[in-house]
Amino acid sequence: MLNYFNINNAILLINRLQKYVLFFFIIVLFIGLLEALVLSPEDYKQSDSVRIMYVHVPAAWISLGIFSIISILSFGILIFKNKNFSLITKSLAPSGLVFNLIALVTGSIWGKPTWGTWWAWDARITSMLILFLFYILFILSWRIIDQNEKAIKVSSVIAIIGLINVPIIKFSVDWWSTLHQPASVNLLKETTIHSSMLIPLGIMTASFALFSILIFLMKYNTELIKIKNKGLDRL
Amino acid sequence: MINEILFMNGYGLYVWSSFIFTLSSFGILYSVIKLQLIKEQKKFEIKFNSLTSEKIKLARKQETYREILANTSVSKI
Repeated sequence: MLNYFNINNAILLINRLQKYVLFFFIIVLFIGLLEALVLSPEDYKQSDSVRIMYVHVPAAWISLGIFSIISILSFGILIFKNKNFSLITKSLAPSGLVFNLIALVTGSIWGKPTWGTWWAWDARITSMLILFLFYILFILSWRIIDQNEKAIKVSSVIAIIGLINVPIIKFSVDWWSTLHQPASVNLLKETTIHSSMLIPLGIMTASFALFSILIFLMKYNTELIKIKNKGLDRL
Repeated sequence: MINEILFMNGYGLYVWSSFIFTLSSFGILYSVIKLQLIKEQKKFEIKFNSLTSEKIKLARKQETYREILANTSVSKI
């Protein structure tokens, strides 16, 4: 059961937090756009088309990250029956879906000047498309199924099955011969991208992360107000 | 300088369309979620005002209800 004390605190906190996140998002996005479109250098091979990387890569990272969080929380929903987790996963999905769509569309646009084609059934692109379908299924399960308990279970199972696809996306460039190059940014190994490109990439990733947090807070707030709305009936 | 930024060595169309698509997606998603939030706040306000005076007094004692109503008034403007 959701604890009323927690809901009250959450609504108060979220209302305050939203404004700060929106403020920081606008500032970081402005700096990121300036870096990505004007200040960062062109690539010696890809020329200015490399700038698409500053929206394509962060969008792919964040959509993958959001789905991983949804999947991990879904285990918590099924094992511990934590309903707050289901509210969190439900609130995370819209931004994850949009970031996934951005990654697919901007990847397609980038593919034309780089590979000479808008689309290829490459392992990385195909696995990202499968992730997009999992996002659609997850959101549809909430919309189609009327019974809340059943919707929670079905959406959680979808997210857990979809988790199998996450390492496939990550390692697809190593396991198969694909059009994509191996990862240039590594946490454990040496990063092969120059700092003049890594910094704008980092700033754009930060701005995208702030946007996903903002959308999450707004959606989570909406869900909590729905619960409080039902609570008015019980006064 | 402006021409360089606009045309980007012949890649301007690809680069700008990617950025415009991304920012438009942000704008649409933000608007949709904001509208959903305003709709729920309005529903809450209507329901709240339809309560009896005793129940309103009881509800007003809770900080969360005050917070939701305060935000509803803001979004009306």
